[in-house]
Amino acid sequence: MTQTTAENTARRQRAQIKERTLRTDQWWRYPLVTFIIFMAFLIYATWAIFDKSFFVSPYHAPFASPCLAQATCPEEARLFGFAPFGDWYTLPPGLLILGLPAGFRFTCYYYRKAYYRGFWLSPPACAVGEPHRRYTGESRFPLILQNIHRYFFYAAIVIGLILAIDAVKALIGKPDGLGTWILIINAVFINLYTLSCHSCRHITAGRLNHFSRHPVRYRAWGFVSKLNAKHQELALISMFTVMGADLYVRLVAKGIINFPFA
Amino acid sequence: MSYKAKFRVWRGEGGEGRLEDFTVEVNDGEVVLDIIHRLQATQAPDLAVRWNCKAGKCGSCSMEINGKPRLGCMTRMSTFAEDETITVTPMRAFPVIKDLVTDVSFNYQKAREIPSFTPPSDVKPGEYRMQQIDVERSQEFRKCIECFMCNNVCHVIRDHEENKPAFAGPRFLMRIAELDMHPYDVADRKDAAQEEHGLGYCNITKCCTEVCPEHIKITDNALIPMKERVVDRRYDPLVWLGNKIFRRSDAKR
Repeated sequence: MTQTTAENTARRQRAQIKERTLRTDQWWRYPLVTFIIFMAFLIYATWAIFDKSFFVSPYHAPFASPCLAQATCPEEARLFGFAPFGDWYTLPPGLLILGLPAGFRFTCYYYRKAYYRGFWLSPPACAVGEPHRRYTGESRFPLILQNIHRYFFYAAIVIGLILAIDAVKALIGKPDGLGTWILIINAVFINLYTLSCHSCRHITAGRLNHFSRHPVRYRAWGFVSKLNAKHQELALISMFTVMGADLYVRLVAKGIINFPFA
Repeated sequence: MSYKAKFRVWRGEGGEGRLEDFTVEVNDGEVVLDIIHRLQATQAPDLAVRWNCKAGKCGSCSMEINGKPRLGCMTRMSTFAEDETITVTPMRAFPVIKDLVTDVSFNYQKAREIPSFTPPSDVKPGEYRMQQIDVERSQEFRKCIECFMCNNVCHVIRDHEENKPAFAGPRFLMRIAELDMHPYDVADRKDAAQEEHGLGYCNITKCCTEVCPEHIKITDNALIPMKERVVDRRYDPLVWLGNKIFRRSDAKR
């Protein structure tokens, strides 16, 4: 029998297994389900941006909040009357702000995992060969831009606050309305998702090396870390709540949902 | 209770080889490594397998069982159906020496490339004072048994041999994170992580975490925090400005 040594070329070879994977479980389910859910979200969001029924007092659809355009936003829909975009802006108001929450989710560490697997198949699942011939990951343009995640996090804090204000306005205007409670639930999950973000965890105290010198920040880090452990779940739940709340408000605004406590 | 199980085991030296079929006895409470040993004892005396503790603590018996990186000694036969054919292959990302034994020297090479713990020059051994909460994060990473399954499963090198020189793999990026989070380490780990050890290659698909037999949250607690620290250093002008204005340095935090 031939002896292999460290210098032998054969020794430098991996096992020449032809199959892309030898996994026998349903590894394809995660990328497939991810693809379907995210595609549904993208299709809905595209429709929602161009749909004009985003406000029915006191409900404001989350995908169009805050409403910043004078031409398309009713007085009541403006955040404290603030609408810096004059009559010249006639495009859907959602276009002005949707980039911020979309950017937050697009650069989110959970979503990156999910769409790298579900859309880019890099890799489709663990120990399943990816189809790409070359791979540089996030080490160069354009994916190196994923490092701007924390700026979107700052914006997401503001958006989360605005959605909370919308929920409070709905509570004041119609405390017994089903829509009010849908908006409240949505605001809670959006804010939990935002606070559970890895960038938030880093900013609170993750960047420190001496926790003992910063006891308050350390406690905050502990709290965010607990939320962070549920980041994936919160990302998905908040995606469904924001889509559900948005659709609900639009259906009420269109008169399709019109029962008394709607 | 015992039954006859169907096994397909990779046999060969170097890269060349084939899956060989075996029918072998399985008894209650056994693990895959027991079955490999039974094959050695009864049917294939020259079957090579690396093993040592049989307790999931030495990290020697890393292999791929039904395509998934697992420790042979920690994979119970009771998790498989009796009529299931169980395929056992060597780790794919590393060269094969013989049968299930791979040459994992890539990992030792990468370990050597990381500068060791570097305390401040004015603190002498014996003078280190730190609280438990300051070192807790790093201690999670010390659970690593160096089975190298995280590096094996990471698609950056598993699917792209050409990335090996540029990428240290999750195990050693975790080592860099461990040192960077240490209260008394003053070496510059952030630029090195990005420039020399390929942190940017990681696209956080979490396979390293999925296969870790010690359940270390490699991605969430080491790789992502390290990525965020690199963002502080290289991509966040606000942090840079704050450090300049308040004359902060990493070691003081």
